[in-house]
Amino acid sequence: MILEGLARLGRSGLGTLERLGRAHLLLAGMVLGIGAVLRRPGLLIAQLFNIGVLSMLIIGVSGLFVGMVLGLQGYYVLAQFGAAESLGVMVAASLVRELGPVVTALLVAGRAGSALTAEIGLMKATEQLSGLEMMAVDPVRRILTPRFFGGVLAMPLLAAMFSAVGVLGGYFVGVGLLGVDSGSFWSQMQSKVDFHEDIVNGVIKSVVFGVVVTWIALFQGHDSVPTSEGVSRATTRSVVHAALAVLGLDFVLTALMFGE
Amino acid sequence: MGSRRPRATPPAAVPAIGSAEPAATPDAPSAGSLPEARSRPDHEVLVKIRGLCFRRGSQVVLHRVDMDIRRGAVTAVMGPSGTGKTTLLKLITGQLRPDAGSIEVNGEPVHTLGKSALFRLRRRMGMLFQSGALLTDLNVFDNVAYPLREHTDLNPSMLRKLVLLKLEAVGLRGARDLMPSELSGGMARRVALARAIALDPDMILYDEPFTGQDPISKGMLVTLIRQLNDAAGLTSILVSHDVDETASIADHIYVISHGEIIAQGTPQEIASDRSAWVRQFMDGLPDGPVHFHYPALPLADDLLPRGVAG
Repeated sequence: MILEGLARLGRSGLGTLERLGRAHLLLAGMVLGIGAVLRRPGLLIAQLFNIGVLSMLIIGVSGLFVGMVLGLQGYYVLAQFGAAESLGVMVAASLVRELGPVVTALLVAGRAGSALTAEIGLMKATEQLSGLEMMAVDPVRRILTPRFFGGVLAMPLLAAMFSAVGVLGGYFVGVGLLGVDSGSFWSQMQSKVDFHEDIVNGVIKSVVFGVVVTWIALFQGHDSVPTSEGVSRATTRSVVHAALAVLGLDFVLTALMFGE
Repeated sequence: MGSRRPRATPPAAVPAIGSAEPAATPDAPSAGSLPEARSRPDHEVLVKIRGLCFRRGSQVVLHRVDMDIRRGAVTAVMGPSGTGKTTLLKLITGQLRPDAGSIEVNGEPVHTLGKSALFRLRRRMGMLFQSGALLTDLNVFDNVAYPLREHTDLNPSMLRKLVLLKLEAVGLRGARDLMPSELSGGMARRVALARAIALDPDMILYDEPFTGQDPISKGMLVTLIRQLNDAAGLTSILVSHDVDETASIADHIYVISHGEIIAQGTPQEIASDRSAWVRQFMDGLPDGPVHFHYPALPLADDLLPRGVAG
């Protein structure tokens, strides 16, 4: 009984290691395939459209509401200390440092990541990837790599959009509805939000999240069991794994960037 | 469309896998159910398989398979579903690696080739998948043009002419603007066939081309496979369990059961084979060496409470 349990544990561990190995080989293949993308930029532009442009609506709307909630909550807390004029700093720093990269990554994992997993999984299930291989076309270079770099490039742009729209949402609530001084809102934000400390670190975070979310989505699709159930499970795993990875990595990156 | 044209030499645009002229006559009669491949001079053989074994987990899919695929011939691999026919095709094309044995295509050991060498070899092979495997985001024209765009620098005018000629060969020139979702199953396979011959390959592998097709589509595919083979000097490997259609166009048939070759010969030899297994498969008998019932406990053991049965 104990031996059987140990054997099961061992098999599961070996299976996980094997999957990790395959995932890293796929990542290496996609990174090394950058030359193919540079030679045919049209493939990358198409994916930037699919992953980036088609996600703009959900990112914009989410950013607006998150900014409005930040404005509302921040005002009530800051007003207790007579610091309501600092609302702009609070909204902007929260968005640029944390909420912009993290919420954008979660939303992209849910909208574009799941679509990528389903698309690649279905291409596998309908033998389109095998068909490409039989035409002597490497599906990793031709299909996966443009999607990978499309996701990596789209993520910081979407995060920037999320933060910008969020700041406008905070301004609308704080200045427009709650009466915070407009000059103080912008000037304090301008003087206290540091370009390197806040904005660059936020961009680095979103690039890392872009790599992780797109990598997980493509690997789950590529590694899925080629049946309808297999693709469905892979799509669920893609979103769950990406969300957990983003939240875990956010803690690590925050500790490294902003820790004393 | 129904008449057979004389075989032509392979097109000059793509280097031929082999230059040996295909034999014009079918195989000489043999004992029919020999488990070993008949020995032929090497220059006549395009694909040579020896001692091929393949497992999936603990399940043995193919066991010590020997096979010779003759140049210029249509060779069929037949057997019921789940006997390893598609796996055999994937092994020949290098999509899978064998656990033991060797596969040589024109003298090149497919099972040991690296990725780039394998891709070079595949440019001279075409494969028709069971599902067609058309790229669903491209229309018919772009699907057929895909391998040409990937592997050649043809100008758009030349590429258009070539694609239209390939589509004309399968009778679908008029369907060039349709999307794969707008095609019937038979049309999708004909488009996939046009794509498979786009680079003028020397060998085409067909994976269950007749499955799920109506009689008219089956007839079209049967004629196309034979005509393309003869007109373009191809070598064809046809995996199927459709007895009549396959026997009508094959020059040589291998019959596989449980991962082993149990019979081989010309369609006439297979038709006259008296072994119980071959007869059950060829005549479609519901019971025989392949049992109607999946292995199970005696019915009484399943239906009656423990202790009552027996």
